[in-house]
Amino acid sequence: MITEILPDRCNSCNACVVVCPDHVLDMAKDGQLPVIARPDQCQTCFLCELYCSEDAIYVAVDVPRSELKNDPLGNIRRDYGWDGHEEDPLKNFWQLGGLLREGVMISSARHALQQSDDKESEKKI
Amino acid sequence: MNEIIADVLVVGGGMAAGWAAISAAKTGARVVLADKGFMGTSGVTAPAGPNHWWVPPEAELRKAAVERRLESAFGLADPVWMERIIDITWQSIPEIAPWYPFSGDGKGGTFRAGLRGPEYLRALRQYATKLGVTILDQHPVLELLARQDGSIGGVAGYDRLNDRPWNARTGAVILATGGCAFRSGLLGSHNNTGDGYLMGVEAGAELSGMEFCISYSISPLWLSTRTLPYTGARYFNAEGQLLSIPGWDKPRDYLCKLADAFRAGPVYADLHEAPAGLPAVVREIQPATVAAFERRGLDMFQDRFEVKLFGEGTIRGIGGLRIVNDVCATSVPGLFAAGDAATREHIAGATSGGGAQNAAWALSSGVLSGTGAAHEAKKRRKTLDRSEKLKPLGGAGLRPSGAVKAVDRKAAIQTAQKETLDLDKALWRNETGLKSSASLLDKAWSEIRTSLHGEKLETVSARETAAMVATARWCNASALVRKESRGMHVREDYPQQNPDYQSRIITGGLDRITPYLEKLRTTEAVS
Ligand SMILES: Cc1cc2nc3c(=O)[nH]c(=O)nc-3n(C[C@H](O)[C@H](O)[C@H](O)COP(=O)(O)OP(=O)(O)OC[C@H]3O[C@@H](n4cnc5c(N)ncnc54)[C@H](O)[C@@H]3O)c2cc1C
Repeated sequence: MITEILPDRCNSCNACVVVCPDHVLDMAKDGQLPVIARPDQCQTCFLCELYCSEDAIYVAVDVPRSELKNDPLGNIRRDYGWDGHEEDPLKNFWQLGGLLREGVMISSARHALQQSDDKESEKKI
Repeated sequence: MNEIIADVLVVGGGMAAGWAAISAAKTGARVVLADKGFMGTSGVTAPAGPNHWWVPPEAELRKAAVERRLESAFGLADPVWMERIIDITWQSIPEIAPWYPFSGDGKGGTFRAGLRGPEYLRALRQYATKLGVTILDQHPVLELLARQDGSIGGVAGYDRLNDRPWNARTGAVILATGGCAFRSGLLGSHNNTGDGYLMGVEAGAELSGMEFCISYSISPLWLSTRTLPYTGARYFNAEGQLLSIPGWDKPRDYLCKLADAFRAGPVYADLHEAPAGLPAVVREIQPATVAAFERRGLDMFQDRFEVKLFGEGTIRGIGGLRIVNDVCATSVPGLFAAGDAATREHIAGATSGGGAQNAAWALSSGVLSGTGAAHEAKKRRKTLDRSEKLKPLGGAGLRPSGAVKAVDRKAAIQTAQKETLDLDKALWRNETGLKSSASLLDKAWSEIRTSLHGEKLETVSARETAAMVATARWCNASALVRKESRGMHVREDYPQQNPDYQSRIITGGLDRITPYLEKLRTTEAVS
């Protein structure tokens, strides 16, 4: 859920207000901060952070930022490569399908093994 | 009130809406796209990274791809549609190259089959803008407007940021409002409340395949994420015992076994046996999935975490607005449907088109509806600016049939959720259960229809509530009529697939729901 708009970073551009898919925020007025008006509508998609060029908004996942060992502020924009640090932000994206299928094979192999183990123990009984 | 004039108005801001707007604009039509949220972040496409059905144009490969999917469609799909969808997808994706950062495929080529959500929608937005499409963000559409002859001639909505109503007079309207997951918390689905189904049915359109809405995705209990990391997950019960859960290649068994486990108590997972290559790249492929753990102070590959199945309703289910021709028109003149808002039976039949078909459908039905709507609008162009009085078609939530009274919206939404998504009800349907759901849902509907009314911004949530309850009723009523088991629809009381039902269930109606089996209706008409 969006929990923080950092006053020392926010430039009141209202980008987060416009891009929030779920209308959580109200416009900043007269150089103030945007208002987290409807937090219950936040679906924790982190996409406001992606569009915040100042890393001034934070979406928490139940735990306040201050309680985390490493401060994740700005991670979303960096991990997506939208901060410009990465020239080829999608260089590994092609691996998606292969990894997905590999995971499926792992779990179905495990299940087959579990079933044959079950049969073995049934026999012993 | 400011009235917008357009040839084609696209409702929605996901990939189907984007492709629809682009294809309509290519014909020279004046196109306006109105999204409830922001075209770029809203809908299920945005936070995801859809892989498309991607088959090179070689006759053998395409034939094999179609045959493989026909086998899993349980007799309800159409090979001609499949070929068309594959081809449009193959031709369209390369068009966004000026705006999308395509990268390598690991074999020296370019990877085009899968696209990361935020970049995909950003590219569609830029492409559409370049073609002259006007994009209205934060402009939820509330209802359709009809001309004297019953055809669709506009929409009315609410401008959320300026807190005022708006409307548009248009030659044609495309509903690309996504599916409906009944606010289950499924990633990206908050806006997808079935508004398009409700607006369509109010205008006289029909729905098809609504019984095929049994689809779930596993995620950490506290947040729905993309599911890539969990395909190899191990599951445990509260005592820490390893559970025996089938792999994803057996979707029904996997779901049923998990449902059994949830009935017994909380279920946990770990990723100790995830593919070895995953940790190094997951942050790039799905940054938000990593954040779901990191921001909770967890190590996703080490810690054990509680999980939940998030209902996907008609998003990765199949049902939606019935389309009546090959440009995705509904049965109402001037009204078209695309993406998850339209039925996907043509290509996926009775199974979810998971893993590739869904995105290809959203793309191609978008493209097709765009050309269809632009063509339709051309016919209307001369009369468009005339001040013909348009009739607003919205009912529930906007124009209550009785005296306005406070309605417990939360309770109504909970009823819709429970009766459609509850695992026991959904995975093992039977007449008694479906009838009891029907009566609860009817009651919720009748209260909404009679008394619910929202003022100003509240009209949006009033309509969403009405649409979710209406959608639940169509899903449930269709499931009652399909007295057999087919694909994702399983009836305890009719466990076999029955050839008499190898046909679509069409439904519609508001106060009285009217589901019927498509084939039988035709026979009746003939005899
Ligand atoms: C987690 C997840 C992963 C997936 N992965 C894949 C995959 O790998 N491959 C695949 O083929 N498919 C996948 N799918 C399915 C695929 O993402 C969808 O089929 C596709 O994105 C649907 O696009 P859409 O444009 O129809 O809907 P959406 O992207 O959901 O867009 C719907 C839009 O309608 C708008 N809207 C709703 N109501 C209104 C209103 N009243 N007025 C104005 N606008 C409105 C919303 O704001 C939203 O912008 C996945 C789905 C999920 C949930």
